[in-house]
Amino acid sequence: MLGSVIRQAVSRQIVRNSPISTTAAVAQTNQTGDKKESPKKPTIWKIDEHKRERLANFGKYAAECLPKFVQKVQFAAGDELELLIHPSGVVPVLSFLKGNHSAQFTNLTFITGMDVPTRKNRLEVIYSLYSVRFNARVRVRTYTDEIAPIDSATPVFKGADWFEREVYDMYGVWFNNHPDLRRILTDYGFEGHPFRKDYPLSGYNEVRYDPELKRVVYEPSELAQEFRKFDLNTPWETFPAFRNQSITSGYETILEVAEPTPATPQNK
Amino acid sequence: MLSALRTAGAVGTRRLASTQAIASNSEAPKGIATTGTPFLNPSSKAEYALARLDDVLNLAQRGSIWPLTFGLACCAVEMMHFAAPRYDMDRYGVVFRASPRQADLIFVAGTVTNKMAPALRRIYDQMPEAKWVISMGSCANGGGYYHYAYSVLRGCDRVIPVDIYVPGCPPTAEALLYGVLQLQKKIKRKREAQLWYRR
Repeated sequence: MLGSVIRQAVSRQIVRNSPISTTAAVAQTNQTGDKKESPKKPTIWKIDEHKRERLANFGKYAAECLPKFVQKVQFAAGDELELLIHPSGVVPVLSFLKGNHSAQFTNLTFITGMDVPTRKNRLEVIYSLYSVRFNARVRVRTYTDEIAPIDSATPVFKGADWFEREVYDMYGVWFNNHPDLRRILTDYGFEGHPFRKDYPLSGYNEVRYDPELKRVVYEPSELAQEFRKFDLNTPWETFPAFRNQSITSGYETILEVAEPTPATPQNK
Repeated sequence: MLSALRTAGAVGTRRLASTQAIASNSEAPKGIATTGTPFLNPSSKAEYALARLDDVLNLAQRGSIWPLTFGLACCAVEMMHFAAPRYDMDRYGVVFRASPRQADLIFVAGTVTNKMAPALRRIYDQMPEAKWVISMGSCANGGGYYHYAYSVLRGCDRVIPVDIYVPGCPPTAEALLYGVLQLQKKIKRKREAQLWYRR
């Protein structure tokens, strides 16, 4: 008796607070919808409009709750929610997403980086979160440059440790408050950050065994033949169906905060 | 060498079959088909004796090549297939060992990265003498797909001396088996005792 009352109360609260929780009614409509669209090819990802709307509502809600940090809420590739945040808001935003009862993004799927040299803040750090409770995903994107540090996510997610080490290794983003920030993948004593666009493909050093020194030595690399880049363009159009689509055409802005937070990480 | 002596007896029966296979090869020394030895023209009695000693030594060594597993990438899966019943490396006296101290051969199966190179060299140095290396797959042979990458060694022969290169990406288990047979052929012509006598 008491349990059912609580459950009702909780479910009502979820419905009110959470735009992304699924209900039985949604599942039913989906099933009937599938039957109607049976001739559609099964390999094409079908966008669940209902869930998308809930995600959009949650995005707006998150932006309302964290007006200081969230700069933009958008969908990528149709139904993937993205929150674009100010670099100072990593820990608050992540802990909000993790702790909010109507979201429960408790699983940190990955952290990765991105390098766009033409931007003022060329490096981007992307956090992907998953809510086991609601089977929903959200991406949090923030930006920085070569020097400005970002707050580590390890106080919120313990698993962020190695991801951040990898981002540091590959892109050279410095994370404040990280317990053990050092290289994770590249060689001991490696210099440079290989995933940056200005890092040459073949690197700077190569390795060989020196029989006189009786150890492996590092030398500046000498390639017998340079890497050849083949122009594989054909006279035929490969994907005519996507002629008018740019790479960002999958993005759809849900909410853009009018006044972005003033300080860029450079001015700190 | 100890391992070689242990299984030397078992190999004797197989020798007949392998010598017949070589008979069709035009490059094989004349008379190898009937005698099973590549050393057929000794100049003196002492050399004859040492040639026979070499024969025994080589028979023992090639009959029990114990490889070290050094699986680094997808080639390691083919190496496992070579060990599995279909290609069954045990019938050639090839038995995987987990320690370099007990191994005669090392299969470098996969991409050798710069970070792995010192480890590979150390493992190789730890193997006891009379040791061989089979480089398996494009990546170990010359960098392969990752030749131009910043983190990959452009061929494991930059770090350790290689006896047999097995091409392929990855090579089939059969190709690796053929590589081992080629190594056996190479060992057969090793003239350790004769060279010692000449010097």
